[in-house]
Amino acid sequence: MNVELKKVELKVNGATHVVEVEPRTSLLDCLRDRLLLTGAHAGCEHGVCGACTVLLDGVAVRSCLMFAVQADGYAITTIEGLSPGPGELSPVQDAFCEAHGMQCGYCTPAMILTAHALLARNPSPTRAQIIEAISGNICRCTGYAQIVEAIALAADRMRGQNLPPDRS
Amino acid sequence: MTAPAKFRFVSTDRRVREDRRFVVGKGRFAADIMPPGVKHVALVTSPHPHARIRSIDKRAALAMPGVHYVLDGAELAAATLPLAAGLDTPNVPRRPLAVDVARYAGEWVAAVVADSRALAEDAAEAVAVDYEPLPFVLDGEEAYRPGSPLVHAAHGSNVLLDRTFVWGEVEKDFAACPHRLKHRVTWGRSATVPIETFGVTASWDPWREILDIWASIQMPKYPDQTAVALKLPASSVRVHYDVDVGGSYGVKRGIKHTVLVGHLARRLGMPVRLVEDRLENMRGGDMHGPERNFDVEVAFDDAGVIHAMKMRALDNVGAYAGRSPFQLGKPVGAIVGPYRIRSVQYQAIAVVTNKTVQEAVRAFGQSPTNYAIERTIDEVANRLGLDRLEVRRRNLIRREEFPYLIPSGSTYDSGDYHTVIEKVLQRADYAALVAERDRLRAQGMLAGIGIAACLEPSGGNSSFEPLLNPKNETTTWMDSCRISVDLGGSITATMHTSSSGQGHETLVGTVVGEVLEIDPDRVRVVRADSLNALPSNSPVGSRMAIMLGGAAFHAAQKLKGKLVAIAAHDLNVPAERLTYREGNVIDSSAPERKRSWAELVAIAHRHIHRLPPGMEPGLSVAHIMPVPTGGTLPTPDGRVQMYPCYAFEFHLMLVAIDPDLGKPEIRRYVVGHDCGTVINPKIVRGMTMGGIAHGIGAALYEEFAYSGDGLLMAQTFMDYLLPSAHEVPPVEIVHHATPSPHTVFGQKGSGESGYLGAPAAVASAVNDALRPLGIVVNSLPIKMARLGDLIAQARRGS
Repeated sequence: MNVELKKVELKVNGATHVVEVEPRTSLLDCLRDRLLLTGAHAGCEHGVCGACTVLLDGVAVRSCLMFAVQADGYAITTIEGLSPGPGELSPVQDAFCEAHGMQCGYCTPAMILTAHALLARNPSPTRAQIIEAISGNICRCTGYAQIVEAIALAADRMRGQNLPPDRS
Repeated sequence: MTAPAKFRFVSTDRRVREDRRFVVGKGRFAADIMPPGVKHVALVTSPHPHARIRSIDKRAALAMPGVHYVLDGAELAAATLPLAAGLDTPNVPRRPLAVDVARYAGEWVAAVVADSRALAEDAAEAVAVDYEPLPFVLDGEEAYRPGSPLVHAAHGSNVLLDRTFVWGEVEKDFAACPHRLKHRVTWGRSATVPIETFGVTASWDPWREILDIWASIQMPKYPDQTAVALKLPASSVRVHYDVDVGGSYGVKRGIKHTVLVGHLARRLGMPVRLVEDRLENMRGGDMHGPERNFDVEVAFDDAGVIHAMKMRALDNVGAYAGRSPFQLGKPVGAIVGPYRIRSVQYQAIAVVTNKTVQEAVRAFGQSPTNYAIERTIDEVANRLGLDRLEVRRRNLIRREEFPYLIPSGSTYDSGDYHTVIEKVLQRADYAALVAERDRLRAQGMLAGIGIAACLEPSGGNSSFEPLLNPKNETTTWMDSCRISVDLGGSITATMHTSSSGQGHETLVGTVVGEVLEIDPDRVRVVRADSLNALPSNSPVGSRMAIMLGGAAFHAAQKLKGKLVAIAAHDLNVPAERLTYREGNVIDSSAPERKRSWAELVAIAHRHIHRLPPGMEPGLSVAHIMPVPTGGTLPTPDGRVQMYPCYAFEFHLMLVAIDPDLGKPEIRRYVVGHDCGTVINPKIVRGMTMGGIAHGIGAALYEEFAYSGDGLLMAQTFMDYLLPSAHEVPPVEIVHHATPSPHTVFGQKGSGESGYLGAPAAVASAVNDALRPLGIVVNSLPIKMARLGDLIAQARRGS
């Protein structure tokens, strides 16, 4: 079974990568195995648990449910693209640390990307909106309470960031 | 207790150090470890619940591109020993690949090794196995009866364990009581189902004769059992404990995966890995939880005080023995729950069937047992027309009765159950909660209040092993910590096992910082591998706050003692006159006389001539700690101290059920939690909330359901329903702290009690809601479809 490889150009975290993959290669496998971006995790590989979430043009999608060849042309953001610099954390990442919005850390990158996507379109989400946003990401450790708190905290801090000093 | 009266860092709301790597995607999970040239395994699995394997034709698979090898059970069995079993059941051998007979649908029959996982999967489909289907048995009670199809013919029956314990004057107490109640309560087959499946990579170096293993493991004695099965000395197996485990809660005991991959790595001379896909995980990963029938009978008086209990627990452990029958043993350590039941008869039965193998699940069998006890308390109250809370108050062990010896031989260390309950009732405004239930009922909803208490035996000991297997005299377990101070004066603490989200690095840092009076963030915490590790029995049995925390405490005390001894010698004053303060050692009678941390480090590492005579140079100390109260064999009638510490939780909830949908909705949830001294509040809160979510899943959604022809129906996340953020309600936690006398800070375990109490509380609430309809639901999970049918049936009948 010699399968023809397809060349695909992936824009990931601002850098362009040209890779040759089997057409059946999922975006998740391509990110992990070819680009060594292992922050995206396989959980169920059938689109339920959300552990493989990445952002495509800012929208949270399941990288296990799409082929790498389908991602050609999109701006892909993985968890590795969120940190502002070595040793630094984005406000959402820092809020997850402050609230301890995780335990084992396996679903965490996907949760944080989902939270980023939510806060980009809705800087002041209600509790119900946060729950709706993360309802496609299964966490088996936390019971979600500290995750919801982390996202609310991040939203609060990110809104505060843009206030003039005398009002903050 | 040797702890200081108040703490600098313990119990303060500090961040969890592990979190920083996880939020940036830099956790190092098993699937992230890809040695150069690693080959991938995919599995050929049995489509039958029970079948003789007539032949395996590998030719087509071997001819496919990228395929290196196809391994069958006969070849593997010739090269390895069977996997360790908990009980003495030599005729129930368990191996990674089926030999001659496959005993459950999904059992691994052959393993394909290829250049990529995709190629291995392609080739696995091309392996042709000829099966002869055999009669099978799925139901545990049926398997227990003589004449049912035998899962292991050589064993002669399907019964692995059938032992009846009698503790106290059970018959006399029954005869003396005016009331009896007997019912069957059933716990359905579910598990913890972590989002990360099990993964393991093995690499054999034939020149060094070392098998390196990276695995998502949570298992006592994993390196040793791997070595025995592979016929290697344990000094040739190096398990790397610095692998982050993506959730486990008991189940990640991938010993069969490891022996398979370890053998392949040696056989092929290449690194080999197996990372389960979800299908392999659900049906063949051998990680299902208990499936248990309880027949409970209690004898009680007019006041609802229960004097005696008879419990028969029959557990369907699946096709092979493993360690799972021990899950009937651990509940012996809290067989009366938090209640003063003075005599108990307990029959523990483990049977094999043609289902997936059972493995350890959070609380190791205690959650089903607690559910059975709590259901019984509710029914006793209902029978007498008494308030369920009042019946509990009358039966609960009272604060002044601790330490309290239960009939089965364990002494509960400490507790104040009535106070915890009162705190919960106050927080919830119980009268208002009842009024809200009645308001909902008046509106036509079904509504109920759920009440459940639970104990979390903690400190993870081995007592259930000799209890259920007389050939096994493992009387206790231990854990360890090593601390070294380097030439520059910085501190590194070493732990000796892997973790799966419990925050153990934070635990060690906090404890060492507390004792040494320095910022915990200055304490580096690393993990040994199994070849340079001190003894650990891994983070099972809710033990690490007690055991790793205890070992770190004692190691830090040793270090402090060494620093004081060095200063005493160098200052030429008696050690008793010296005080250790934040790294410095000071003469309390002349404070200007002191030695700083830097000076003491320099003496220990460089100025050896200034060390006390005979003292080892350097600043490295280690402590290996056995489980407090452990170390004794059970009595002939099966009494033993199971675990040292007993945390308490009380769950209270309001559930509303739309009678047309049958959908239970948790409207309010308050839990009272007493795990003694809390070391890290963020971690304890997370453990409690996560355990509750997991318990809600077991109570309402999750079940490994089988079809009549023996196939696992719930084998994806479309069928096996894990609670999402929508299903888990906000939970209010009320804290109380009754310190344990057995631990260094008064801490107890906290990883399990959410899961121990939530299923019982949900069952209690649903039954309270259904009582007006005359419905009793005594089996879990209470799925929405079943609930809807029961309600519809009852309404039609009325």
